[in-house]
Amino acid sequence: MAEALELTADALTMEREWKTPDRGTVGIIFLIVTESALFLIFVLAYLVYIGKSVVGPYPKDVLEMPIAATVCLLSSSLTIVMAEHQLEKNRIGPFRLWWAITILLGLYFLYDTALEWKKLIYVDHLTISTNLFGTTFYSLVGLHASHVTVGMTFLLLVFTVSLLGFPIETQKRRVKFLSWYWHFVDWVWVIVFTVVYIVSAR
Amino acid sequence: MASIDYPLERPAVSLEKGFAQHLYEWVATVDHKKLGLMYVVSALLFFVIAGLMAFVIRLQLMFPNGHVVGPDTFNRLFTMHGTTMVFLVGMPLVAGFANYLVPLMIGARDMAFPRLNAFGFWIFLFGGFLLYYSYIGGSGLYGAGSAPDVGWFANAPLTEKAFSRGHSTDYWALGILVSGVGSIASAINVIATAFSLRCPGMTLSRMPLFVWVMVVDSWLILVALPPLTAAQIMLMLDRYLGANFFNTQQGGSAVLWQHFFWIFGHPEVYILIFPAFAILSEVIPVFSRKPLFGRAAMVGAVVAIGFISLGVWAHHMFAVGMSSWSNTFFAGSSMLVGIPTGLKIFNWTATMYGGKLRLQTPLLYCCAFLFQFLVAGLTGIMLAVAPFDWQLHDSYFLIAHFHYTLMGGLVMGIFAGIYYWFPKAIGKMYNEKLGKWQFWLMIIGFNLTFLPQHIAGMLGMPRRIYTYAPGRGWELWNLLSSLGAMVQFVAVACLVWNLVHSALRGEPAGDDPWDGWTLEWATTSPPPEYNFEKLPVVRSSRPLWDMKHPHDPDWKYE
Repeated sequence: MAEALELTADALTMEREWKTPDRGTVGIIFLIVTESALFLIFVLAYLVYIGKSVVGPYPKDVLEMPIAATVCLLSSSLTIVMAEHQLEKNRIGPFRLWWAITILLGLYFLYDTALEWKKLIYVDHLTISTNLFGTTFYSLVGLHASHVTVGMTFLLLVFTVSLLGFPIETQKRRVKFLSWYWHFVDWVWVIVFTVVYIVSAR
Repeated sequence: MASIDYPLERPAVSLEKGFAQHLYEWVATVDHKKLGLMYVVSALLFFVIAGLMAFVIRLQLMFPNGHVVGPDTFNRLFTMHGTTMVFLVGMPLVAGFANYLVPLMIGARDMAFPRLNAFGFWIFLFGGFLLYYSYIGGSGLYGAGSAPDVGWFANAPLTEKAFSRGHSTDYWALGILVSGVGSIASAINVIATAFSLRCPGMTLSRMPLFVWVMVVDSWLILVALPPLTAAQIMLMLDRYLGANFFNTQQGGSAVLWQHFFWIFGHPEVYILIFPAFAILSEVIPVFSRKPLFGRAAMVGAVVAIGFISLGVWAHHMFAVGMSSWSNTFFAGSSMLVGIPTGLKIFNWTATMYGGKLRLQTPLLYCCAFLFQFLVAGLTGIMLAVAPFDWQLHDSYFLIAHFHYTLMGGLVMGIFAGIYYWFPKAIGKMYNEKLGKWQFWLMIIGFNLTFLPQHIAGMLGMPRRIYTYAPGRGWELWNLLSSLGAMVQFVAVACLVWNLVHSALRGEPAGDDPWDGWTLEWATTSPPPEYNFEKLPVVRSSRPLWDMKHPHDPDWKYE
């Protein structure tokens, strides 16, 4: 009898103190894992086909390092942390400011990519079907840019609902997950940049 | 006073649900049990369809110079058979069993993301429909009657626009890509559920082995499926935008697709076999009346397979002419994977050893798994030896090998699982006698079909030939094989009849017909929508044993 009572008390403590990881955190981490696997294959395809194009243009002739865009995208990783930090303290005004800066930096990155592609297509006559470089370049950079676009859509969504007066401080968890996704997109760019603009354009 | 003829308290809504209401309930559901059942039922439907295709293939090959179907139809048949079995039978079975059982076993009320779960199911189903729509839309309305004919691994450049005209290959790529999105969704869901929704006391070390295996399985889906998705995106870019990924005219590689496909494809066979591992690890202990032998080693083995299997893919490619270093590496890693797998076989056997065996249908199927999967493992080790593989690559020996893994292993394990959890999911008991009949017919039919194929393969019969000339010594083995297919046909009919008839007319099963030890047997059969009235509190890896034996609980010894 005493044993049974002891068991119940024990069970009650266990129930009270039981903690498991947050489901959203686990979900977003494994979403990033699976996205990384997707990127890995496109990066591998790019690496395998470096120097295999049978006709030009070749990377070293046409690629220019997008330094400004890279700086913008990487600093947006910092500004989104600042925004999160302000949201943590429930300061909505500064949050919106840092969030807007993040959006502008991301938009500049996309704008720069668009300009780069326009130049490559119209001036250098490099399309996805020209040669292996074109194929792998547009698909890898395009895959990354499409991820930036998805992230941007959600950034804009958060910004809009916050401007419309929605109490965004109730959504700290979701804002955090979005910022993790944004960090992921930024750090993939580091790999893409290294592979495309440093390794292949030497 | 005629107006008072109605009873005063008429219910506003009729208690009898109409068909439309039932349909709405199933279509709009986010309940993990309903979604799990829908996954399993659609998988079984696709299983019957793909099985019938195999049956036609066997009819065609029964005698030399067969005339049942022409070569074009034959190509479509084996392509659709393989694609369906892997992507529309195996994958939804993973998702279905995980969906139905993981929340119940860890004492949760639903999956972590119920709406994502519903999304995953429907997008899988529509991916399947998209693949089958190719029979209508493959060559446009004028050239009806086309389906993908490039084989289930669809090697590029064969799939390039120049060699594969029309749209059937597009349906293959898009249908599988779309259903793959569903698999990813469901895998993320399973992992989040297992980590986040465990009931109090359900630590990772007490988590049922079924859940452990499903978590590792989901991990494999997450890292192994994207390579296929990526390769399919590349293929679509090639076909629609004129990209050159697999275009050898522009310097593209003819081998790259094979690498990308098998980086997915080899982990995929582990993804497919894992549900069987998971089921065996639950059924064998309960039917041997002994806890699982070497629990920690079993978890370790499955995690080891989850990593080693990522590095063995090129053993499918010994015949393409890789460097001898690659051949050596991949032969070695492939043999390495045999160690944890062998450990699992030993531990299941050790669980049964000295146990009080109840030889009912679920355990019978587990025994069949042990024998047949062992044969598959041994022929697998043989094929992992590169020079041996050069002799028998793409022969019927290989066909026999992987049908022993997937049919003799996975499908037998799934049958064990279906019979084991049918009373829980439906609330009715299946017909044990008919179950045993199906078991023996299945075992005889299966071995009669695939054992002779080893010999046909060693006599030089290549896979994917639509007919063959007499006088090569293949006639007898093909005849036996086709006869075996007919026995299997009867066996599957028995299963379908047993399930349908028992669901409608079966005896009530009760909540815990097997005297089980995991939490799903603690609730009613079928479980209510909320699974548990009060969330259970767990103190050992056999919570129901503790509940049934309060004077001799497991937690005292763990």
